[in-house]
Amino acid sequence: MSEAQETQTAVMEAALQEDVILRAENITKVFPGTVALDQVTFNVYTGKVNVLVGENGAGKSTLMKILAGVEQPTRGRVLLDGKEIRLRSPLDAVRYGIGIIYQELNLCPNLSVVDNIFLARELAQRGVIDKKAEKQQARELVRRLEQNIDPDALVSDLRIGQQQIVEIAKALAQDVRILIMDEPTSALSAAEVEVLFRVIRELKAHGVSIIYISHKLEELLQIGDYITVLRDGHLVAHEPTDGIDVPWIIERMVGRNPAALFTRKDHKIGDVLLRVEDLTLPRHGGGYLLDHVSFELRAGEILGFYGLMGAGRSDLVDCLAGARPEASGRIFLNGQEVKGKSVAERIAAGFVLVPEDRQRDGLVPTLSVAHNMLLASLNKYMNKLFLQKKKEQQAVDKLISDLSIRVANPQQTITSLSGGNQQKVVVAKGLLTEPRVLMLDEPTRGIDVGAKSEIFEIMSRLALQGYGVLFISSELKEILAMSDRILVMSKGAITGEFTREEASEEKLVAASAVGHGPANSGNHNNGRKNQNGRS
Amino acid sequence: MDAAKATPIKRSRRITKTDIQQFLLRGRAFIALILVVVVFTSLSPQFLNAENLVIMSKHVATNALLAIGMTFVILTGGIDLSVGSIVGLTAMIAGGLINEGIRIDALGVIVYPHTWTIIVISLIAGTLMGAISGIVITRFNVAPFIATLGMLYVARGFAGLRNNGYTFPNIIGRPEFGNTGFDRLGAGDFLGINYSIWIMAVFAVIAWFVTTRLPFGRHVYAIGGNERSAELSGVRINTTKTIVYMISGFCSAMVGLIIASQLVAAHPATGETFELNAIAAVVLGGTSLAGGRGSVGGTLIGAFVIGVLGDGLVMLGVSSFWQKVIKGAVIVLAVIIDQVQARMQERIALQQQQEQM
Repeated sequence: MSEAQETQTAVMEAALQEDVILRAENITKVFPGTVALDQVTFNVYTGKVNVLVGENGAGKSTLMKILAGVEQPTRGRVLLDGKEIRLRSPLDAVRYGIGIIYQELNLCPNLSVVDNIFLARELAQRGVIDKKAEKQQARELVRRLEQNIDPDALVSDLRIGQQQIVEIAKALAQDVRILIMDEPTSALSAAEVEVLFRVIRELKAHGVSIIYISHKLEELLQIGDYITVLRDGHLVAHEPTDGIDVPWIIERMVGRNPAALFTRKDHKIGDVLLRVEDLTLPRHGGGYLLDHVSFELRAGEILGFYGLMGAGRSDLVDCLAGARPEASGRIFLNGQEVKGKSVAERIAAGFVLVPEDRQRDGLVPTLSVAHNMLLASLNKYMNKLFLQKKKEQQAVDKLISDLSIRVANPQQTITSLSGGNQQKVVVAKGLLTEPRVLMLDEPTRGIDVGAKSEIFEIMSRLALQGYGVLFISSELKEILAMSDRILVMSKGAITGEFTREEASEEKLVAASAVGHGPANSGNHNNGRKNQNGRS
Repeated sequence: MDAAKATPIKRSRRITKTDIQQFLLRGRAFIALILVVVVFTSLSPQFLNAENLVIMSKHVATNALLAIGMTFVILTGGIDLSVGSIVGLTAMIAGGLINEGIRIDALGVIVYPHTWTIIVISLIAGTLMGAISGIVITRFNVAPFIATLGMLYVARGFAGLRNNGYTFPNIIGRPEFGNTGFDRLGAGDFLGINYSIWIMAVFAVIAWFVTTRLPFGRHVYAIGGNERSAELSGVRINTTKTIVYMISGFCSAMVGLIIASQLVAAHPATGETFELNAIAAVVLGGTSLAGGRGSVGGTLIGAFVIGVLGDGLVMLGVSSFWQKVIKGAVIVLAVIIDQVQARMQERIALQQQQEQM
């Protein structure tokens, strides 16, 4: 604790000398049951990119919500230009020139791009919306972000990356002095991230102060000027980014050695467990989402799937899970053809999917941790007519301890858990169905380093127990570290297969770009369509 | 210029089968209206004569007025079940003021307000009832269905209490009190068209303007589409929602006045089950009950379809039981078509994305 206190004092002193525009002082935020922030002081330097990192649950988002007027601190104060200000609502924050781009997309899907950009800040003449002026400005903003988005398009018709761009345009439209960006790049392609960074530098040049939150640590070092690390609601470091590297950040974040992130136990690979032949999924209006995909998975094998967004990886696991009954092709499990096409039949056969979007597809937010876990396997706990409470309880308790899910009480609502623990509940739900093939679609998306490491450990242990694991990830390092074999997909087809020994970042990237034309002209095409056509 | 390029791609395409399908689906409410009119005209020659059209429009007008107010509510993702009861209560308020005036015991006098004053008082009363629903919903976090269900009973109860369940008959006022002329609202006309139809037209135009051109209207759509996003963008959620219920209450009060005036009597059961017709018109007009999608124009067409269908079936002598069956089937069918169209639109949007790439 003494080290943290030192940092705290150092931050306080720094504020006196340097050019601090906004300062959150000794902020404490207490939620029922937890202290989200404990005496945290955070300085925002004028015209700089102030990076904020920490694991999920470290308190970053809470701190940002306080600065954006969404939450009120239990104790502590916020100073703007040295004067104390009160932020009671998002409107107050806007009035002080504080804008925020939220982590989860916050757009109205039923409104057009223009309407979203100017929502609650309509350009009006004598009370009537000036549509022409709005459209004009929206077009300029979109052009500044070097994007090709029709301002009249409905947001629900845009792919996720484009929606993110709209979100950024919305913040830019406000003429803010301080701009908070909470994971702005999570849905952007590499080319789009480059554009965003250019815009950030341009904003800096105009004196706008940026607060930047991201889980992508390399990215932070590339764009950041100052870095602040939070852990468990405490301030642990606050320094200029010069001379700081990724391991340094991870060490501060987790408080331990980053090399231990990937735990991969050696495991024996068995016989062929799953054989997929000519799996084909037509696209509405011609073409294929999955173009005659064939592959094998062995027992105890972790098979990685790499590819760009929209390459068909999620469609593939959706098909195997039975969510796409229109798919054709043959699937053999232990040499036996799997005939059933519905999700229930596939679960019974031994397939289980941990979906990409755990909030929407993986969990029922109104149910408790225990009920979420049991949802897919209720018939196992039936006694002719009734659910057997005791049997349920035992199963839940066993998995909570097996997967070390941090939960005070299984009756707690699922939404009170951190992202990483929610993900573990989804995995637990899958495991309770007693599967043979476990499909993990981006299991580490949006969860913190510590939870990631735990997910990897679980994966590794399951492989050891003889499960076949299909592991989809867009993070090269993850997929290289964890997979026994890697398949690369592009445009619905498998375009590369590498053993663990052969695989390298360059090879995976090259294979994932097959069919996308020359690499340098692929700018906007990377995230071609939103995954699975969901929007 | 990149952004501008995206649009011409769509326009330069030749008209395809999907375009025609889309056109038919989008204009379905209007097509349904034309269809209904054509069918009834061929089956019953008097259907299209001027007198009948006026009668039908008068029937449509009251439902359309309620439906216009309801459109605002449903666009935010809410629902207002109390409109029929507010119709009844405002009718009783107006009728009571005309026949009994306001008794001021302290002075031992009875004040008979002027007809215009009565109309204003009634409209304010309706709006206030909407405001109460709105406040219950926003400040006490009660689901709109429950809050307005409560208001449905409360308002209907007060409508009965006002005169112990009896009707206020013959509400024409007396010349010596200077409160005559209330009956003209229902019976009078301008350019040969009944006032109620004019009122509907004026309300529709204002509502259209508000939903499409004013920031308030956009906030209504935004709340229905994604309330949290609207809130985080700085939209005043509670105020906007409360106003929406006030608009619905105001429209209901207007209808209460029109009906009381047309009947020249205020009956406490006036407007029973009107809320269902209003919701049906809104839904038929393509407004999503989930909020965020729909239009005033659609609602107006929806109200006409329901009105024309009802009157047409009566003229053909179809039994009232069959009328209900047909009306119910039409409403559900409309929503099924709505879903089909939504899915189709999504598909088309996907295709266009692909083409742009």
